[in-house]
This record gives sequence, C-alpha cells and structure tokens, in this order.
Amino acid sequence: MTYFAFMGALEQGFAYGFLVLGVYLTFRVLDFPDLTVDGSLPLGAAVSAVAITAGFDPFLSLLFALLAGFLAGMVTGILSTKLGILHLLASILTMIALYSINLRIMGRPNITLLGQSTILEPLTNAGIGMFNAAPLLFGLFSTLALLLLLWLLHTAFGLAMQATGANQQMITSQGVNTDRVIILTVGLSNGLAAVSGALLCQSQGAADVNMGVGTIIAGLASVIVGETLFGCRTIGRALLAALLGSILYRLTIALALSLKLGQFSFTPSDLNLLTALLVVGALTLPKLRRKVSS
Amino acid sequence: MIEITDLVKTFHQGSINEVLALSAIDLQVRKGDFITVIGSNGAGKSTLLNCLAGSYPIDSGHIVIDDQDVSRWPEYKRATLISRVFQDPLLGTCGPLSIEQNLALANRRGKPHGLKPGVRQNDRELFKKQLTQLNLGLEERLKDSVGLLSGGQRQALTLLMATLVQPKILLLDEHTAALDPKTALQVLKLTRQLITDQHLTALMVTHNMREALQLGNRLIMLHGGRIILDVSGEEKKAMTVESLLEQFYKVRGEEFVSDRMLLV
Ligand SMILES: Nc1ncnc2c1ncn2[C@@H]1O[C@H](COP(=O)(O)OP(=O)(O)O)[C@@H](O)[C@H]1O
Ligand SMILES: [Mg+2]
Repeated sequence: MTYFAFMGALEQGFAYGFLVLGVYLTFRVLDFPDLTVDGSLPLGAAVSAVAITAGFDPFLSLLFALLAGFLAGMVTGILSTKLGILHLLASILTMIALYSINLRIMGRPNITLLGQSTILEPLTNAGIGMFNAAPLLFGLFSTLALLLLLWLLHTAFGLAMQATGANQQMITSQGVNTDRVIILTVGLSNGLAAVSGALLCQSQGAADVNMGVGTIIAGLASVIVGETLFGCRTIGRALLAALLGSILYRLTIALALSLKLGQFSFTPSDLNLLTALLVVGALTLPKLRRKVSS
Repeated sequence: MIEITDLVKTFHQGSINEVLALSAIDLQVRKGDFITVIGSNGAGKSTLLNCLAGSYPIDSGHIVIDDQDVSRWPEYKRATLISRVFQDPLLGTCGPLSIEQNLALANRRGKPHGLKPGVRQNDRELFKKQLTQLNLGLEERLKDSVGLLSGGQRQALTLLMATLVQPKILLLDEHTAALDPKTALQVLKLTRQLITDQHLTALMVTHNMREALQLGNRLIMLHGGRIILDVSGEEKKAMTVESLLEQFYKVRGEEFVSDRMLLV
C-alpha cells in the first residue's frame, strides 16, 4: 500500500468515525437497530454542500449537518416509540424518505464543491499538504467527538440511556421516559452520521445522493471489528474500539483494493460484497470458536 | 393516603380469551399501612400491582395518591410516587451498569436525568452508608457491575434502590419467591427493616400465608379479581393460618352456594 493510500484510509476512517460512534450508540448502547444512517449520511453531505455553495462558513455547515441528521434520527425515534412501528421498519421508512428529501435539498443528484472553500482550507493555506491535512483535522474532530460521548455516557442522561438499552422496565420504574431517551439518542446517532457525510463531501469535493448506500453495514462492520480486536469492557474502551475499528476497516478495504491475484483485482463496486462477508465472518467467528473448543 | 375506587381491568377485551382480572376493586391504603396480599394463582394480585404502577392501563375506576388522580399517568410518571420490587431479580436492576450507577439512577427517581455527572463523590459516601446496612459487603464493590451479583444480592440492592428516595407506596410482588430459602429469609428481614425504619407505606404480595400473617399491620385476600378479606390491627394479629384458610374456604363456599342457587 502506498503512503497516499494509507493516509487516504486514515482520512476515511476518521471521517466515518462519527458514523461508527453513532452506530455504536444505537446498536450497542440502545439496542436499537437503526438503518436511518444510509439516508442521514448523504443528508449531512447535501446540507453541508448546499450551505457552502450558498456562502456559509464550512465549519458552520457541519453544525447544520449535525442538526439535520439529528432531526432525521428523531423522526425514526418518534415513528418507533410514539407510533409503535417496529424500529427496523421505522428506520427504513425514514431512510427511503430521506432519499427524496436529499434530492430536494440539492436540487440535483450531486453537487461539486470545486473552487469552494472547505474546512481543510486553513490547514492547506498553512502549507500542510491535502493528503495530511484531512487525516489530521478529521482525527482531531473524531477524537473530540469520542471524548464528548465518553462524558455524555457518564452523565445522568447517559446512565439512563444505557439502562434504556439494557432494561426498560428498570429505568421506567426509576421515573425515566424511555421514549424520550430513545428519540434523543437515535437523533444524536444520526447527527453524527450526518457529520460524517459533511466531512466526506468536503474532503472529496462533492456530495452525491447515492453516497449513503451500504453505510450501515460499513458502520456495523467497523463496530464489530473494533470490539473483536480491542474489547469493550468499559464504555471508554468500547468507544475507542469503535473509532479504531473504523480506521482498521478502511485500511482493510484499501488493502483489498490494492490486492492483485494474477489477472484478478477488486474494484470499488465489490466493496459491499466484501463488507457483508466481513460482517458475517466477524459475527459467526466467535460462535464457531466456541463450538470448536467445546 | 392512596384511594383505589372501582378499579376494573380486563385482558383481551372482546375476544374469546377475555379475562376479567380485576372487578371493581375498592381499597383505601392509609399512610404507614404495611399490607400483605394473598390469594390463589390468577387471583389478580400482580395485575393489581401492575395497574397501580401504571404498567397496564386500566379499563375504569380511579387511583388517587395524596389527592392526585394518577389513573391516566404513564408508568414513568407514576414512578415519581411509586417504587417497586419485582419477582424476577434481574428486572429491578441494570446488569451492565455498576452498583453505584444503579444507585445513582435510583437516587434521581422522579427528578430530571440531565447532563450532570451520573455519580458524584458525595453520592458515593451516601451509597456506601446505605449499602452497609445490607450486610453483603457491597459497600466495597461500588464499581462492580451488577451483572456479577447473585439473585439475592440483586434483590437486596433493588430494595435499597426502591427506598433510597422515599416512595408514597412501595410495591413488592413475591419478591422473594425466586430466591433460595435462606436468601429469601434475609431479603424478607431487610424488607421488614427498611419498611419499619422509614415508616413506609407498602403492599406486599406473598404466597406464604405464615409470612403474610407475621408481617405488616393489615392483610387482604384476593380471589377472582375481588378483595374477599380485609383484616387489620388486632383482628389480624389474632389470625392463624388455619383461621385464614377457613375464611378462604368459607368465601369460596358461599360463592359455590350462590352459583347453585342461580342454577336452580
Ligand atoms: N399480561 C396479561 N395478558 C393476559 N392475561 C393476563 C395478563 N396478566 C395476567 N393475566 C390474567 O389475569 C388474571 C390474573 O393474573 P395475575 O394478576 O397475574 O394473578 P396472580 O398474580 O394473583 O397470580 C389471570 O387469569 C391471568 O391469566
Ligand atoms: Mg403474580
């Protein structure tokens, strides 16, 4: 793997890190399988791209993306808790609705940011090359997000969030409205996914309505790879494992893409298949190991 | 004071499986009452407690706690006034969270769960002091996750959590039934201690008649969704298991006779 490919994988790993932390919140903490992110990631990209082309500050556009994603996640939360739609189905409904909404926001299937200023501009202006600037800035941002989540999960609300995922009867008996916790947490998770979208669109220079395909599977793969390799005994450990998992996943993909077996080599269109196989493997490996050892 | 009037609860209303679980329950619980609840399987004991706590919506009737009609309050809101211990020791505590985190959640029962730190240093002092009275050594294990504790330890912790913030009424549903006899006795002792020390108002379901007679100042017997016996004070003290059984068969006998009369 070349240095550029390696830095590219780091950049992607950190950018998708927000999404992966969000997926950790829904799947692991809340036990709420949420597929909304396939729509909220491009939503973040769309909002950020439209805001930047409309002349808003690129950093401010990240905040807009966060808010838009938060709202999208809240819709899934409300569909599931208030209207009683099964969580998985509720999230699919929001996801497909977001496809139309994202097209409306952008007015066309994709927007390029050619010639527009991005959050990377301050760094590149300071003489840091593009290939180093993005991993550096995204690494800083995703580490900050990790620390914020670590703090959040240890607040009273964070404890209620963890208990909502583990034992709804218990936390309801302690006077917590679990509907509210679920709506806010799914909101937060999708806000994070939208920030991933915004970061990706700014580093790749374009937002595309189809860039969200397979997001959830990539996010899950990262979470699972992370916890398999780095463990999840404490919340801090699990959050770190999720972020490292994200980087490792992107490195694996970069490695797979650079692989050549005689005439054969993988193309980016093979990624979904590879990821699906990776998730299946990571999910079944621990079970197989237990079977073999017993 | 808790006033239950004309409480009716039906399951599967309108289907062939329709069950009238509670039919017109009237019960006034005075402040400081420690009421034991007995009755055969399916009598409606758990349903009564679940309706009080708000786990099940009621068909009709009223539940008034200190002049507030809570009949339509959702379960989480009623939890500000009511605390409970379940039969299943896993239900009352959160396994992945630590002992101190569980206690911190209980210590905020009825208050907002905002962005303040979940567990603070002076909370720990309080928790340690409270845990010491359980005599289980849990005060040394504040950071251990609750999932590591035994059923009895979890049930003792649940009891402590239910009384950390004083409830208007404490609901106990056969909370020692899933424990081995020795542990059950310990948890029962702790129950009696917490209720008397804090002068709590409590409703305790048990299937053990001797226990029901020994504990509390009042006893009610449920049958077919009705309260068929309500004794308190001296009258309760004078009762024995034999006289309790006698009452039970008498009431059942009367029902039998009245059924016969209907058939004739
Ligand atoms: N969730 C439920 N759904 C349907 N029927 C129920 C439910 N809970 C209780 N019942 C029925 O209501 C009646 C009273 O049950 P319950 O209150 O659990 O009795 P007890 O606790 O006195 O043994 C029983 O006939 C039972 O089958
Ligand atoms: Mg019962």
